[in-house]
Order: sequence, then C-alpha cells, then structure tokens
Amino acid sequence: MSAYIARRLMLAAPVVVGILLVTFLIQALIPADAVNTMFQGQLSDDDAAEAIKVMRAKYNLDRSWFEQFLIYSANILQGDLGESIRTRQPVIDEIGYRYLNTIQLTLASLVIGAVVGVLTGIVAAYKKDSWLDVTAMTIGLFGISMPAFFFGLVLIFVFAVWLQWLPVIVQGWQSLILPALTLGLIEAAPVSRIARSSMIEVLSREYIRAARAKGMSEATVIFHHALPNALLGVVTILGLQVGNLLGGAFIIEVIFGWRGMGELAVKAIQWRDFTITQAIILMGAGTYVLVNLAVDILYTWLDPRIDYSAT
Amino acid sequence: MSSLALERAVEARAVIRRAGWRWTLRQLFRKRTALIGGAVVLFLIVCALWAPDFVPYDPFKVNTLNRLKPPSAAHWLGTDELGRDLLSRVLIGARFFVLVCLISVSIAASVGVFLGLIAGSGPSWLDVAVMRVIDVMLAFPYILLTLAIIAILGPSLWMAMISVGIAGIPGYARLVRGEVLAVKQEEYVEAMRALGAGPAAIMVRAILPNVASSIIIYMSFQMPLAVLAAAALSFLGLGAQPPLPEWGAMLVNARTFLRTAWWTSAAPGLAIFVSILALNLLGNALRDVLDPKSK
Repeated sequence: MSAYIARRLMLAAPVVVGILLVTFLIQALIPADAVNTMFQGQLSDDDAAEAIKVMRAKYNLDRSWFEQFLIYSANILQGDLGESIRTRQPVIDEIGYRYLNTIQLTLASLVIGAVVGVLTGIVAAYKKDSWLDVTAMTIGLFGISMPAFFFGLVLIFVFAVWLQWLPVIVQGWQSLILPALTLGLIEAAPVSRIARSSMIEVLSREYIRAARAKGMSEATVIFHHALPNALLGVVTILGLQVGNLLGGAFIIEVIFGWRGMGELAVKAIQWRDFTITQAIILMGAGTYVLVNLAVDILYTWLDPRIDYSAT
Repeated sequence: MSSLALERAVEARAVIRRAGWRWTLRQLFRKRTALIGGAVVLFLIVCALWAPDFVPYDPFKVNTLNRLKPPSAAHWLGTDELGRDLLSRVLIGARFFVLVCLISVSIAASVGVFLGLIAGSGPSWLDVAVMRVIDVMLAFPYILLTLAIIAILGPSLWMAMISVGIAGIPGYARLVRGEVLAVKQEEYVEAMRALGAGPAAIMVRAILPNVASSIIIYMSFQMPLAVLAAAALSFLGLGAQPPLPEWGAMLVNARTFLRTAWWTSAAPGLAIFVSILALNLLGNALRDVLDPKSK
C-alpha cells in the first residue's frame, strides 16, 4: 500500500508543474503589462518610460518566458508568492487570512452538504418510490438547477429581510451561517442522489437479507451493515465535490461580503493585479490536488478489498 | 459528478446502438418531464430568435419616473432601478442563454472530441502528452479554471463564454479517448484496417459514429453546468456587463435593491433557475430512457 501511495504522489508531481504553468500564463499572457497599467496617468511620458523599464526588470518581464517561468516556480516552491502589483504588500499578507476564511466556509458547507445529503439519500433509498423519495429527489433536482448566487439572495431575503431572524451584516461566527447554508444545501443535492443510488444498491445485496434473516433490528441493518458500505461511494464524490465547493465559495463570498479568496480574486482580475490572481488560483488548485490525494489515500484504508499492487 | 457522467454516457451508448435514435426520441417525448423541459427550451430558443418582435417594451429604454415599480398589469414582472421593463429584459436575455449553450458547448465538445480522438487513436507519445494536459486542467476546480482563463484573456462576455468552453474540454476528451480505446479493439475496425483504410478514414467512418451517442449523453450533464458557470461569471462582473440584459449581469445591480424591490432579483434569478431546470429535466429523461438500471 505504501508503494501505491508513493506512486500516487509521483503522479501528482507533473500535475503540480502543470498548475504552475497555468498560473504563470496569467502573468505571461496578460495583454497589457500590469506595469503599464500601474503607472497609467500618474507620470510624465519620459518618467513613465523609465519607470516601466525599472518595473519590468523588477518583475523579470524583460527576460525570456522560460527564464521567467523558472524564476516564478523557484519563488513559489520557496514559499514566496511575490508582492501585490496594486498595494505593493506581500501577497501572503493579503491572502493568508482570506485562505483560512475560504477553507472555513468550504468545510462548513461540506459538513452541511454531507450530513443533509447523506441523510436525505438514506431516507429516500429506504422508502424508495414513496412520496418521501419522490419529494426528496424533486427537491434535489431543484437543488442542482439552482444557481448558488441566486439561492444566496433568496436566503438573505427570507432570513434577513422577511423573517428578520438574522441581520444582513453580522459579526463573528454568525456571519458564517447563511453563506455556509447556501453552499451546503446546494451541495446536498448531488450528494443525496449519489447516497440514494449507492444505498439502493447495497440494500439489494445478499448480506443485507442475511442480516435481516438473522433477526437483526432494522436500525442495526441500516446503520451497521448497509450505511458503511454505501458511504464508500459517497466519499469519492465528496472529494470531487470539494472542487465544486471551493469554486462555489468564491461566488458565495461575493454575495455575503465574506472576506475570502474569491471576493479578492474577482477584484484582482478586474484590477489586473496578476500576482494576487496567480496566488489565489494556485492555492485553490493546490488545495484541491491535496484533497484528492488525501481521498485516494483514505480509500486504501476504507476499502481494503481493492488490490493496489496492479494499478 | 463527472466520472459518474462518463460511466452513464458509456452505458447509454449501447442502448442507442441497439434501439436507434428514432425509438429513443419517441420514448423520450412520452415522458411528461421531457415534454415540460423541451417546451421551456423551445420557448427560450424562440425568445432568442424573435424576442425583439414581441416584447412589450424596449429593454434598454430608461424611464426614471417608473423606477422600481412592483409587478403590475402594465409591467408583469415590474421594473428595475432605471425604470426598464423586467419582462422585456428577461425575454431578450434568453439570447445569452442560447448563445452560451451554443458557443461554450461547441468549443468544449469540438476541441474535447478532437483531443480525445487523437489521444485514443494516435501514437502513444501523443496520448501521453494530451492526457497530461487534460490531467492538469482537471486538477483545477471548474470555476477556478474559468477564473484563471478569464484572468488570462481579460473579462468580457465573449471571453466568459470562451473560458467556460475551454474549461469543459477535459471531460469530453476523457470520455472520447476511453471510447476510442474500446472501439479500436472491435473486429470491424480491424477489418477496415486490414482492407487498407487509413487512420483518418477509420476515425471518421468507424469510430466517430460509435461515440456520437455517448457524447450527446455527456452533453446533457455538462450543458447545465456550462450555463451556470457563464451566468456566475457575469454575476461576478467578469462576463456580460450591464446594461446587457444577461440574467447573471442583471442580478448584480438587482441585489442592492433586495430589501426594497425583491422582484428585480426574482425575475432574472428565476429565469436562470427555470432554464437550467428545463435542461436538467430533458437530460434526466434522456438518461432514464437509455439507462434501464435507473428505473
């Protein structure tokens, strides 16, 4: 199994290089150099030309692309994300706390999505074809068709404007409630579909019939025999859903003014502050790669039936 | 989600091959959900083509005396912060929905299918090279990949559609490559090769027709996601810009009036929701017809 993990890590290496290349392109292919943008209208033409030259040298924009890429990668691998084009502050200071905020939002929504989704899926599978199942799956269909940014507005309207349970602007942990609910409930929709179909499959297995024939209580059959096996399928999907959640968090942050990476990314793209944009995309993709690595490794432990020596 | 989509697309292919497209379509439109979804999509296409001929008001006409009016007999969906008729704007906005479906999905499908074909049937170094690129693209969460591409191309409606298209490429490429590798082993392809057919002829005449049905099934999963992503980009201010009546862009201003004029958000928001629901209803029904296991 450790050989499998080592091989899995080796497979991740070229992907990391690829991610660096994509984020590097954000800097290399920018139509107007950010340096030009930076000094627009602030200096006389001669001064500007000189300043642009200095700045181009500073950001290595005067070197060949290959050199630029090597310098960029070397800096990143040493943990140096550069400094913001706009504020001249180290990027890490600008996005460090935002990264944690985004992860907090993502995790909270993951928990909500997993709990609501799995529970709904189990009930729907257990009561297959009943009105409960039909209702749950109809709501699920609505959930996968609902744009996160519109659902966020609906929740704000219902809870803050209509019922007035929560103020629109809230401090502390309470400010996490609505964004996490928005994202979590939307994520519950695909999770419930997967949970339902894997639960239906497991419930038709012979060992479930055997367990019932032995006279075990329904609760034992469901929670001790069926659920752990059904959850295997769900775990894979949850790993992939982290990508959706991260992306969704980026959008939700804008609606709720949650100070995460997404809220800044949108501004940075508009400001052409490419160092910030690069760092945010890099950290988002890097986190996603790590999560998928973790899920794969977790899987070797969860499902010992799989023979990893061949793959 | 996408690995499940791939699996079901492959399973469905066998059903279509056995039963034929005409049977599939007939079964499809026996389902009520497919009829409802199909009707909404048809309505959107009609709006996209001819909305300017039948909308009640000019969607760009500013009328400050009439701003933020709730729905009424004169303005069925109310008016926005500049007094523009929301019904007219929402109907015209169907254009962008159809445009995204056409442009983003055709970029994703055509480039993805091409890459999948050359990876699956070309020399092995080409396969490795293409799949490495695909792996890197799949390493990004979907929305982050579109943001990265927008950051490179610059924000605008067209770039948003192109970036959503590019971000959709890897799914199609992976699907088609897998299919090609399977079809390549079939005896009739061996026979064609033995008779002297070149790789291009084999690709076009034998392989492509066989993978076409799984591509269409996969499209039914992917199209709603593409539309959602494009609307999200506009909502973030990185796609269509106001005053264009794109539904996502309409929500940008509307949300500041959520407290006083909820209808300005409800009109474009519900338009996106209903359109995507219609695509999902159609897609679900199609997959139900083609996948006997799901019943």
